Amino acid sequence: MSAPSDLRYTRDHEWIKVDGDEATVGITQYAAEQLGDIVFVELPDSGRDLEVAKPFGVVESVKAVSDLYAPISGAVTSTNDALAKEPELVNSDPYGAGWMIKLTIADPTQIDDLLDGSAYDDLVAAG
Amino acid sequence: MLAALGIESVDDLFADIPAALRASSLELPEPEPELELAGRLRELAGRNRTDLVSFLGAGVYRHWSPPTVDQLLLRGEWYTAYTPYQPEVSQGTLQSIYEYQSLMAELIGLDVVSASHYDGAAATAEAGLMTCRATRRERVLVSRGVHPHYRATLRAYFGGGLELEEIPLVRDGESAGTTDLAALGSMLADADRPVAGVIAANPDFLGLLEPMPRIAELAHDAGALFVAVIEPVSLAVLAPPGAYGADIAAGEGQPLGIAPQYGGPYLGILASTDALVRQIPGRLVGMTTDLDGKRAFVMTLRAREQDIRRDKAASNICTNQALLALAASIYLATVGPHGLRDVAATGAARASELETALAAIGVERLHRGPYLNEFAVRVPDARSIHRRLIERGFLAGLVLADAEPDDPSLADALLLCATELTTQGDIARFVAALQEVLTGRPSVGVETGAGDTATPIGATR
Repeated sequence: MSAPSDLRYTRDHEWIKVDGDEATVGITQYAAEQLGDIVFVELPDSGRDLEVAKPFGVVESVKAVSDLYAPISGAVTSTNDALAKEPELVNSDPYGAGWMIKLTIADPTQIDDLLDGSAYDDLVAAG
Repeated sequence: MLAALGIESVDDLFADIPAALRASSLELPEPEPELELAGRLRELAGRNRTDLVSFLGAGVYRHWSPPTVDQLLLRGEWYTAYTPYQPEVSQGTLQSIYEYQSLMAELIGLDVVSASHYDGAAATAEAGLMTCRATRRERVLVSRGVHPHYRATLRAYFGGGLELEEIPLVRDGESAGTTDLAALGSMLADADRPVAGVIAANPDFLGLLEPMPRIAELAHDAGALFVAVIEPVSLAVLAPPGAYGADIAAGEGQPLGIAPQYGGPYLGILASTDALVRQIPGRLVGMTTDLDGKRAFVMTLRAREQDIRRDKAASNICTNQALLALAASIYLATVGPHGLRDVAATGAARASELETALAAIGVERLHRGPYLNEFAVRVPDARSIHRRLIERGFLAGLVLADAEPDDPSLADALLLCATELTTQGDIARFVAALQEVLTGRPSVGVETGAGDTATPIGATR
């Protein structure tokens, strides 16, 4: 499956969706498949300032733990509380119900540096 | 082999290690025949004074160990310090670790117990780091009532940039020797430097009982976690950490069936609430069912560990003392809850008798607060008294100035301990010898034969 064209992507397999002056962040379907069954997602508290490319949380599967990296800088406005009880939403619906955080956009030019859908597909295809 | 590797000497294998870090030479003696070597080792071992009547505790405690403990440990199946690689094949080992966790969780009153650590000091340092990870804060307060070795280990672990500060002890009055709550309150009130965790011990290093519920409350009011440093036998008679709001408990498991041995190996106990389960370092064994619905034991939450998470692991200074954890489990299962209560209560009774006998010759306690089985007394020139009592066959506890050289209130004081192995005859002879040393006169009227029987554990069951 190819990555949705209305999202932007990091090389660390996070996606970001811009909606006005707020953005939503999650991990890609490819990342979720590679990690396997996700059992725990650790997310930052609302209000925390994130810095681009720095870790903001942790995703844990039965066989691996990975850091989540901020696609852009900004302040966390909300987190997906549903993942505390149902972390498997990240596997079943990575671009929808499996979203992780919403944050403000500190610097819109950082979004231009991210990959678009086809560039991300190329990255995954190149392994 | 060297040719196959394309090198000229074994030393070439270590070429990547800078020369300054390599040992230039090992000063080993010449090889000796086995018989001569055995003789020399016997001679060295003979220098240990195992004949002394001991009143030494200070973090390591003498207890009666049922023969089942050592006998079962001799079985070859158990002979590993580690969790097995490919662990699920070794169901027996995993079950023994699970039972250790379960026994400890019941004793401590917290949800989760790790499969063990090096020793109480390492477990306490890990507890301090846990509070920083869980709160994302970087400042930990440790009471000066926590064992000085534990505080030194904490300083070593916190040397990489985290802040560690010591809470002073109350100097005078009823609460002397326990954590200074007013000082703790003002340290917690510094809003610019929020505190991740507060660490206090019960009983504290001086043997005194701490106001643990109050310390927990102060810590929690400031958004900090509370770490209780515990002595496991005492939990048979004292409130467990889970009852007074501790988030984490750490302690030394040696008193549970493990002989006092200089330098270890010992057993680090670490327990936490369920909320902190992903922050607790070390192995965890869980119970589940296999495909056929049969009970099975598994390593659980492996992903926190260093083989998977590398530098982001919950700890990279971490092992499992499986054999000693097993010793503690066998000990607890053998003496049972009633037996453990006997052990703790008898030690407390003997200590109280020791206090009374010492007071009768004018040797008074240093502090006024309640204690369990260990307390400090003031004697003139403690170091010399201690040495002269060794000549008379008594180990008069710990010279406190050796352990806490910076605390003038502990100059000329001895820390004395009694356990269920302390007999009433031991106490009478020790107090007589102390009086002799203090006054320079032999004492009179001491019964030397009576009261030599230690209380059998489990007798009141």
